[in-house]
Amino acid sequence: MSAVTQPIRGSYARASFAFVERNWNLVKRYWAWEVVWLVYSIANSLSVSYIGLGMEVLTGASAEQGQYLVIYLLIGTLVWRYLSSIFYWVTEVIAIERWEGTIEYTLMAPVPRLVHLVGHTAFAMVYSIVFTAIILLFSILLFDLDMSQANMAGGLVMLLAGSFSFVGIGVMGAVLPLLFPERGAQMTHIIVATLLLVSGVYYPVEVLPELLQKLAVLSPAWYVLNGTRSALLEGAGLGELWQYIWPVLLLALFMVPAGLWIFGRAERYAKIQGKLARNG
Amino acid sequence: MNTSIEYALIVNNAYKVFGKEKKNRYWLPWKNKKNGQNEGDGSEKESTVTIAVDHVTFEVKKGEIFGILGPNGGGKSTLIRLIATLLLPDGGQIRVFDHDVVEDPMAAQRMINRVSVEASFFKKLSPMENLLYGARLYGVKGSVIHEQVKSILRRLDIPEKNIGRPMEEMSRGMQQKVAIARALLSSPILLLLDEPTTGLDPRSKREVQSFIRELRDMHDTTILLTTHDMVEADTLCDRIAIMDSGKVVALDKPENLRSLADRSNGHEPTLEDVFLELTGKKLVKETDMPI
Repeated sequence: MSAVTQPIRGSYARASFAFVERNWNLVKRYWAWEVVWLVYSIANSLSVSYIGLGMEVLTGASAEQGQYLVIYLLIGTLVWRYLSSIFYWVTEVIAIERWEGTIEYTLMAPVPRLVHLVGHTAFAMVYSIVFTAIILLFSILLFDLDMSQANMAGGLVMLLAGSFSFVGIGVMGAVLPLLFPERGAQMTHIIVATLLLVSGVYYPVEVLPELLQKLAVLSPAWYVLNGTRSALLEGAGLGELWQYIWPVLLLALFMVPAGLWIFGRAERYAKIQGKLARNG
Repeated sequence: MNTSIEYALIVNNAYKVFGKEKKNRYWLPWKNKKNGQNEGDGSEKESTVTIAVDHVTFEVKKGEIFGILGPNGGGKSTLIRLIATLLLPDGGQIRVFDHDVVEDPMAAQRMINRVSVEASFFKKLSPMENLLYGARLYGVKGSVIHEQVKSILRRLDIPEKNIGRPMEEMSRGMQQKVAIARALLSSPILLLLDEPTTGLDPRSKREVQSFIRELRDMHDTTILLTTHDMVEADTLCDRIAIMDSGKVVALDKPENLRSLADRSNGHEPTLEDVFLELTGKKLVKETDMPI
């Protein structure tokens, strides 16, 4: 191999950083949209959590039970905001390029897709953590929650552990905008909706029909939700959380390589069919 | 770079087809019936196949400006996309500095950059932000990027005040200059220019054309230029391939190509005359002209 064709030392790190920096610049430029999305997410999370207090009025539940339900729903909505935020960022890896009209420029750069996705995903994880922390802050201020029993660090570890398998699902979802330029981005909603149904975000999965309960075992969100609730509601330590951590890591170990493989096949197909065109 | 390599680009019998032949779907027979079609006469099959690049062969020498001239839909952009690894050929072989674009795309990608007819930018980001992104993708070190970006933008007469403004607020001519600046940041040794001056005003067009010449003269960059502007091809290119319906119908130096045209009408033949003579078509239809 001639010198010019060899990657320059550190060039992959720089290429990965290119996506982090670019996404940060885009967030800054689209700041008004970010504010709108944040207000929407806060309002949405609060309205779900208020169901807990509503149950006190509707069913005569005790204040303690109401408080428990508020935290139960709040954890559900926060975990879901975090995981779905990662999912949507990752699935937009192609959709954003197509919309902006840069898809051909980015995909002809000498950057392995793994490097591309690492940069994009790193930004997605940091963005989602900050986004979720702001919603949590608003919720704590409004609900006067007693979090003295909560193992916050354990909850954070659980969230981070769950991120990787959602990255894998996101990479698989990113194939849809790649293959279906017109409606692919919208098609990714079906993945989120299915996971929302079976993962027990707002209810224990035991209330679901048996078939759907079986599907919950395959959803990383189910483990993340159970683990985070154990950490924040019961103060479970890392030892107790391990039963939820290893399955999500195992799922990630399968889903991330599977996602990359599927994406690679889809990219090849798109190059054969000529689907890497802009439509922004 | 291996200096013994004589050719920057070798395109050998490249072939690209879009669409597929529609076959009868026996499980959905009503979908196959069309007005005036009878079963068994072969008319049930509807072909949507388009041969975009039809067994094209040529070589581009190192340091050459090689033009591909042809009408819209003639296969120029598809050919550029095949070279840029954005499409996979259905047949033939394309080598960039001896690296096969299918077998070893990453090696080919490191040597090329492309400026397309549409300015492919993040519209809300500034030239500086877009160029930072582009430079980092190609592994340019952070410590030198800012200075390089400023220097190239100055060279292209892009005012300092525009460096931080969103791209969407800039004229198309200015955007195209930024696109060229972005391509240069990666120091490509093969630059693919896909109709870089289409839609530009005459002044911007001249500036871009003079920059293309300078690129070749000062930086020894090999340039593959597609255009349907005959004057541009005539003045810029060392050799020109004329493409029509996916095929190369003529390939030579501009002066040799002009000699192919009929001189009986008294005026000095142009490349337009050559194209008309070879294909029986006009090169630029009125509907193709930029408004």
